[in-house]
Amino acid sequence: MKVIPKTITSLSFIFLISFTAFATGDKKEGQSSHGDPVNTPEEINEYIQHHVKDSHDFHMFSYFSDGEEHHVGFPLPVILWGENGLSAFMSSAFHHDDDGKEIVAKGESNFVRLHGKIYELNAGATEVSFDEAHHPTNASTPIDLSITKSVFGILLIGLLMLLWFGGLAKQYKKKAIPTGFGRVLEPLVLYVRDEIAKPNIGPKYRKFTGYLMTVFFFIWILNLMGLTPFGFNVTGQLAVTAALALITLVVYLFSSNGHFWSHQLWMPGVPYFLRPLLAVIELAGTLIIKPFSLMVRLFANITAGHIVVMSLIAIGITMQEQMSAVGSTILSFILSLFITLIEVLVAFLQAYIFTMLSALFIGMAVEEPEHH
Amino acid sequence: MEQLLENFSLDLFVKQTILFLVLIFLMVKFAWKPILTALNDREESIQGALDAAEDAKKEMQNLQADNEKLIKEARAERETLLKEAREIKTKMIEDAKGEAKAEADKMIAQAQAAIEAERKAAVADLKSQVASLSVDIAEKVVKSELSNKDKQLGLVEEMLGQATLN
Repeated sequence: MKVIPKTITSLSFIFLISFTAFATGDKKEGQSSHGDPVNTPEEINEYIQHHVKDSHDFHMFSYFSDGEEHHVGFPLPVILWGENGLSAFMSSAFHHDDDGKEIVAKGESNFVRLHGKIYELNAGATEVSFDEAHHPTNASTPIDLSITKSVFGILLIGLLMLLWFGGLAKQYKKKAIPTGFGRVLEPLVLYVRDEIAKPNIGPKYRKFTGYLMTVFFFIWILNLMGLTPFGFNVTGQLAVTAALALITLVVYLFSSNGHFWSHQLWMPGVPYFLRPLLAVIELAGTLIIKPFSLMVRLFANITAGHIVVMSLIAIGITMQEQMSAVGSTILSFILSLFITLIEVLVAFLQAYIFTMLSALFIGMAVEEPEHH
Repeated sequence: MEQLLENFSLDLFVKQTILFLVLIFLMVKFAWKPILTALNDREESIQGALDAAEDAKKEMQNLQADNEKLIKEARAERETLLKEAREIKTKMIEDAKGEAKAEADKMIAQAQAAIEAERKAAVADLKSQVASLSVDIAEKVVKSELSNKDKQLGLVEEMLGQATLN
């Protein structure tokens, strides 16, 4: 029974940081680049593009009242390693500026934020100057160690996973069958072990199950978090999926055995003149295509899902002229409801596919030769 | 492709890699290892219990088979015992009958012999009594017959009458 309060605590923890710590930033109408609510297709497109990217502050939504734009969300810490060493400040220092206009001075360094990236102005420069392609010419990019929205999501999910599954692990010390929330988690653990790790890896599954479980639950929970209005898009970040795919690559490369490499480099049962060619293809597959496909599949599916859901929600605004406010709202509601349901499935499916393929690749690398 | 690369943030990649490796380490240490061990233990104990139950069932069956065998044996033994008893009984009855008959025959024979002897004695006694009786009677008759003259004469006449002289 102790688990239920814990679960409630962990869930309310999310809501607490979401709602009590929010700060509202105001922007005067004149300063805003739009000045109006987001309602033209271009603005919607920009809004969606902005959403699927990583961000330095946790922005949940904006609203307009009295001609002022209010942002609801909370700032996140910005940690930079620039020309003059480490500097840290809250992202609220930029006042929601993303065009390089607001200069934050810390020590001897001046930072600006431009399209989601933080630049450090060269010494002596007082404002950003751009080249023709709108790239800054008088600024360098510091090493960005900030707790961005994605990092915040990663930390949050990591913490939740530790709390939930650590709690489940603790339960087993006292009883054989978990109670409360652990009863929900146990079948999931068993599912990953019995349906993903065991059949794909074979008898050596035990060593890799920890990695596969971490990947599965990490991706799945983050995918589901992405469907909430909090606006996480962690698994839709190319950098995140690239890191996951790279770790899978490293895991199966380091666990591979001689049998695997003999098949990679000198495929038995194939004419000799074809073997070098096959070796090139196999190597390309193992080293590049497999991790690349893992990386792109997850990134593309999740990002596409976010864009589609937001676009369908945007129908409520963009189709108002053709269908009246009520009609377009109903249409957008029905369509986005359906696509959200599909996205719930996709959230699981992509976590499953990523984990299953990782297990498959590991299984291929550790497979023992069959004794005839 | 260019847009893909533009979307790719090296900083986030490094942060994700490090954080995820830490997460894997922590999860393996604090969650997966104890969970998997506990699950394995539980499955093994369940399997052990099932095996034990199966063994117990087999043992029960063996015991039952043994019991049945014992019962069968006991039944067979009883049958043979009863049969033997029956045989003994008939034999005993036969024997008793034979013996009794022999005894009876013997007794009858003895009785008959005794009866015969008694009868003979009785007859002999009767004969001697009859003899003495008849001698007495004859004596008395003779005495009375010869007491007066007439009668003596009568008798002589009668006897003379019978004894015809040829």
